[in-house]
Order: sequence, then C-alpha cells, then structure tokens
Amino acid sequence: MSDILLAPAKATREDVLIAPLWAEIVEITPEAEGVSTFWLAFKDKALAASYRFAPGQFNMVYLPGYGEAAISISSHPAKPERIGHTIRFVGNVTNAISRLRPGDTLGLRGPFGMPWPIADIKGRDVIIAAGGIGLAPLRPAIYHIIENRADYGKVTIIYGARAPGDLLYPREYDAWRKKGLEVLVTVDRGDENWAGQVGVVPILFYNLRVRPENSVILTCGPEIMMRFVVFESLARRVSQEHIFVSLERNMKCGQGFCGHCQIGPYFICKEGPVFHFGQLAPFFNVENF
Amino acid sequence: MPEIKLHLGSQVAIRKPVLDQVLGHLEKAGYQTIGPCIKDAALVYAPIGGLQDLPQGLISEQSGGSYRIKPSNNARYFDITPGAQSWKQFLFPPRSESFKLMKENGHWLEEGLSEDLPRYAFIGVRPCELAAIAVQDKVFIRSDFTDPIYKHRRERIFILALDCLHPGDTCFCASMGTGPTVESGFDIKLTELDDVFLLEVGSPAGLEAMQDLSVEAVDSRWLQASAAGRKAAANSMGRVLSDVASIPDLLINNLEHPRWKEIAARCLSCTNCTQVCPTCFCWDVEDATSLGGKNTMRTRVWDSCFNPAYSAQAGGNIRPNTASRYRQWLTHKMSTWRQQFGVLGCVGCGRCITWCPAGIDITEEIEAIRVDAKE
Repeated sequence: MSDILLAPAKATREDVLIAPLWAEIVEITPEAEGVSTFWLAFKDKALAASYRFAPGQFNMVYLPGYGEAAISISSHPAKPERIGHTIRFVGNVTNAISRLRPGDTLGLRGPFGMPWPIADIKGRDVIIAAGGIGLAPLRPAIYHIIENRADYGKVTIIYGARAPGDLLYPREYDAWRKKGLEVLVTVDRGDENWAGQVGVVPILFYNLRVRPENSVILTCGPEIMMRFVVFESLARRVSQEHIFVSLERNMKCGQGFCGHCQIGPYFICKEGPVFHFGQLAPFFNVENF
Repeated sequence: MPEIKLHLGSQVAIRKPVLDQVLGHLEKAGYQTIGPCIKDAALVYAPIGGLQDLPQGLISEQSGGSYRIKPSNNARYFDITPGAQSWKQFLFPPRSESFKLMKENGHWLEEGLSEDLPRYAFIGVRPCELAAIAVQDKVFIRSDFTDPIYKHRRERIFILALDCLHPGDTCFCASMGTGPTVESGFDIKLTELDDVFLLEVGSPAGLEAMQDLSVEAVDSRWLQASAAGRKAAANSMGRVLSDVASIPDLLINNLEHPRWKEIAARCLSCTNCTQVCPTCFCWDVEDATSLGGKNTMRTRVWDSCFNPAYSAQAGGNIRPNTASRYRQWLTHKMSTWRQQFGVLGCVGCGRCITWCPAGIDITEEIEAIRVDAKE
C-alpha cells in the first residue's frame, strides 16, 4: 500500500454507459503537426454548469459514424465549462475529428478514470515527466499546482518530443516558469533553430537533484519512455509507490465492462489510467502482457 | 390423499406430464418459456411449448473438438448436457442495438429504441449455468457502475433450475465447486428421477407457477434416488481440475512459462472458446451508417480477446500474437477475474474444450503449466 492515496474522483454522472452527451466544438487550437486541442462545451446549459473533472481523467469522445476514442482532458480543472481535449490525429476516429470545424458537434461520455493524486501529495516535490502527447493529461495537474503553488514543494517538468515542432504548448512554458516551476525540455532530434537540449526525456533526470523520500513522480508518455523514467526514479531511491504512471489502452466503455483495457487484474479505464508503479511492477516487464 | 399446501422451500413430486401445467402457468403469467431442444443436430435453447419439445431420451457425446447427439436408452428429458449455446445469449445478446442517430442541420438527434423485451422463463438451467449467470451478475451489476441493458433483462427472468444428474464428458463443475447440485438462485428447482420430477419452491414467482398442480409428497425412495444420483454425478465428471485454489497464483506467477508458446502453436485464435463461454463478457461497439451519412445505428457486439483488433491501439498491438492472447484469456478467466469480481471466471461447463476446433483442453493446459512452474 502506498502512503499516497489514489482516490477516485466523485462522478458527476453515472448514466453515461451507452448514450453520449452532446457538446459543441467552440474552438480548435492547433498545437503541433497533427495535434490540435478541441475545446468543447455541452449544449445543455445545466449540464455545462454541473460538469466537473479531475486532472488525469478522460472522456470518451464520439463522432457518429466513426466511433469513440478515449481522450484525456487537457484543460484547467477549475474551468470545466470549456473542456479541452488535445487530440493527435492517428486513428480512424481522430482523423475524422481532424476534419471538424468550430460549431460542429461531438458526443462525450465521462469523465472516467483515476485522477493524479494531487490532493494527497501536498508538501512534496513533484517531478512531472512527459513525452509527446503525454503532456496533455498532465497539463490539468500543472494548472492545479500553479493555482495552489504554496501547497507543493519544488516542482519540475521534464518534457520531450521527437522534434521541436512536436512539442505541445510551447508558448506556456515561460508562464509556468514565472509561477515558480522548473521546465526542462528536450527533443530527440533538433533542427536548425533548436538551441536546447537534445536526447530522450530520462536523461533530463541527470539535471535534477531528487530528494527521494520527499519526491513524487507523475509520468505519461510512450511506454518505453515511462519504463526509463521509472528506472531513473527507482535508481534515485524514489519508492515505487511514489511513481505515478498513466497508461493508454484501447477502450470501448470507460466503466470496466467491455474488457479491452485490462492489464492483469486492473481495468485501465477504472482502476487507472493513473497507477502507482507498485501496482504495475509485476506486469510491466512481461512481454506482450 | 391429503392436500399438500405449498410454501417457499416446499419440495414435492409431480408426474412428468404435469410439468406442462407449470409451463402453462408461466405462459399465462406472461413469460416466454425457453428450454433445451434439438436443432441442426445440436442442443440449443429456444422457445418450448411443453414436454414434447424437450430432448427426451438423448445425450451428447463430447470431447475436445467433437460433439455428437446419441440416444440415452432411457426416457428422461433432461439428461443431455448443454451444447454451444448458453443462457448468456438472452441476458447479454451477441448483438444489441444501443441507439439510433439522425443528422439534421448539423445536429445529431437521438431516436430512442423501444426494446420491447419478452420476459423469459429459462427451463432447465443446470448448476454450472446458474453459476455462470451469477458470475455475469457480478460483472454487470456492481456498486460503482451498472449496465442498464443487462440489469433490465436480468430482473425480468424466471429460472427453473435443474440438478445435473448426468454430467458430460468435458464437464468439471465439481472441481470448480459450481455443481452438480443446485443450491440457490432459482424460482423452481427440478430434479429428474425415472418416474417423477421433484420440484422445490424457491421464490414467490415459483410458488405462483406451481399453483393447482397435482402434486405428491416426496417419499423416501425418491429422496434416496435423488441423493444417490447427485453423489454419482459428482463422481462422474469427464474432466477434473486439481487444487483449484492454487490456480490463480500459479498462472499469474508463470506468465513466461514455455507452455504458452506451445499452446499458441495449436491455438487458431478463432474465438470459439470466448463465444461459447457462458461468462465471457467482452464487447465492442459498431456504428452502421447509411450511405448518405445521415443515419447511424450504434450496436454493441460480443468481442473476444483473441481478435487482433481487441488489443490494437495507436502505438501498435499490445498482444501481437496468439501466445499473448491465449495467456490473457486463461489468466483472466482463472486468475485476475477473482481480483476483479471476487470469483473465478470459469464454472467448469467444458464448452471451451468441446468447441475448440483444435481440441485444446483448459484442464490439460493448466496441469501442464504446473510442470516446471515457478512458485
């Protein structure tokens, strides 16, 4: 058992297994090549006013005729009337969504999933390690930390992407720094304008001084990256119960019925997507499990 | 003959033709009576009108990848063990339409589907089947989320359960602790002897269905025959799974056992085992769209962990080969299911053995993993 509690968010609605709730695309923000943030607002005013989510949760986003995709919420948890979904256009559903315009309608079911344990890590140093699109589910946690800055110790974001053009939210890094967060960025391959660090995310650990007993790691990105983030964290004596990992899987329901997102005894949609590494350790290194 | 007053828990005997009156009562109460009958040389569950539709005098001969119906050389109605179908198809149908959408002026309008469900009376539910329904209850009706479709169907059924006195060649319910005797969870329980049916009242609905029957007191010969039959059944299982309590740890501690790859060389990844399994619950959703794109029908369909698309996602396939898919199926069924729902996902019905075209036998594979197992 971890001394840090992963606690389910209070559900705002429970009757969303089947039928979606309809939301309008109010704005689309291009973020990177093949990635945009879709800002959605529920058409039903009462629903828009009552909808809440916690950092790390996701919605099932539905485009009729194409299907649903599990998309993390990437916007400010204290501003739930406009719900941001940063979407990478990579599959059948998301490619179809890429052709939509403001004013178009999408179905939403959610929010689902175990949030980051932000309420239970007060007073601690927080290292946020993200790769590529993995920064999206962490951004609500970053906003929460900034809004409650005094509740947390040293907060460091280490973030990387394949190329400078793939970095998400680059215009926000300076704002985050101004609020007292350290933001370290790396890319796998630079270009002629890139003057920053080159290399994979885990190497940024060598720039950090980690206080193992007081630090918490929040990580989301490609599984191979998270594997090395976990490795570097454990090597610095951070306990596996203080390393929080967000996993991605094919999902159909969001409530532990459809079976697709299982890893061992867990339904990633329900017991995850955020786990502490102690939960995953028995399975993380088993090939194809 | 003194009149017998029935109450909850009563056990009485009826002459076999009297069962038709029970079915008649159920029909009058608005139930569609579904029971075992023969179709296309196999046992199926379909609407039955009375005793004449039941598979009297028949048994099935089953083994890995093989199923044949044979005469039983007696006149009993319920000796035959289940075929590929289970009651799952009524509570959790292979396809169920969720909703229909129409696009108008850029907005999607929902057309509610009025699902006018029949109320089913399941006739002849064996203990393994009853256990399977109880397992799916735990999957679909939970404290955190409940599946409204399943719950609606489940609340409306009537169960006439059956002690299983003649288990089949691939059965191992005695190992799983789910049979061959019915303990609870029925409206009426039936035990078939040569001359009579013994009926036990399990619920007010069961009591209702047994009104005005010509019943007899259960005499001690019948009780003895019933007890002997149940005891013999427990000892005549076609398959045995040893030390079931140790299996969850055995499997989860041996995820890299060489047997998984060896099974994969035989497994066709055809999904038959998951389709016939009375507890497998995975599903997918499909959108069927009209050519103009104006109408969309969203449908829930059975899925299987053996389908490649089941574990496919943007970054590639989580389980890219048959070894990983079979391992997922067996470790889920016999290990992690218990952490998820408090019970194992296997009831020992043996369908996955019989209906596997490669004849892969779950009991044999688990025993093989015990060899060279890590603690």
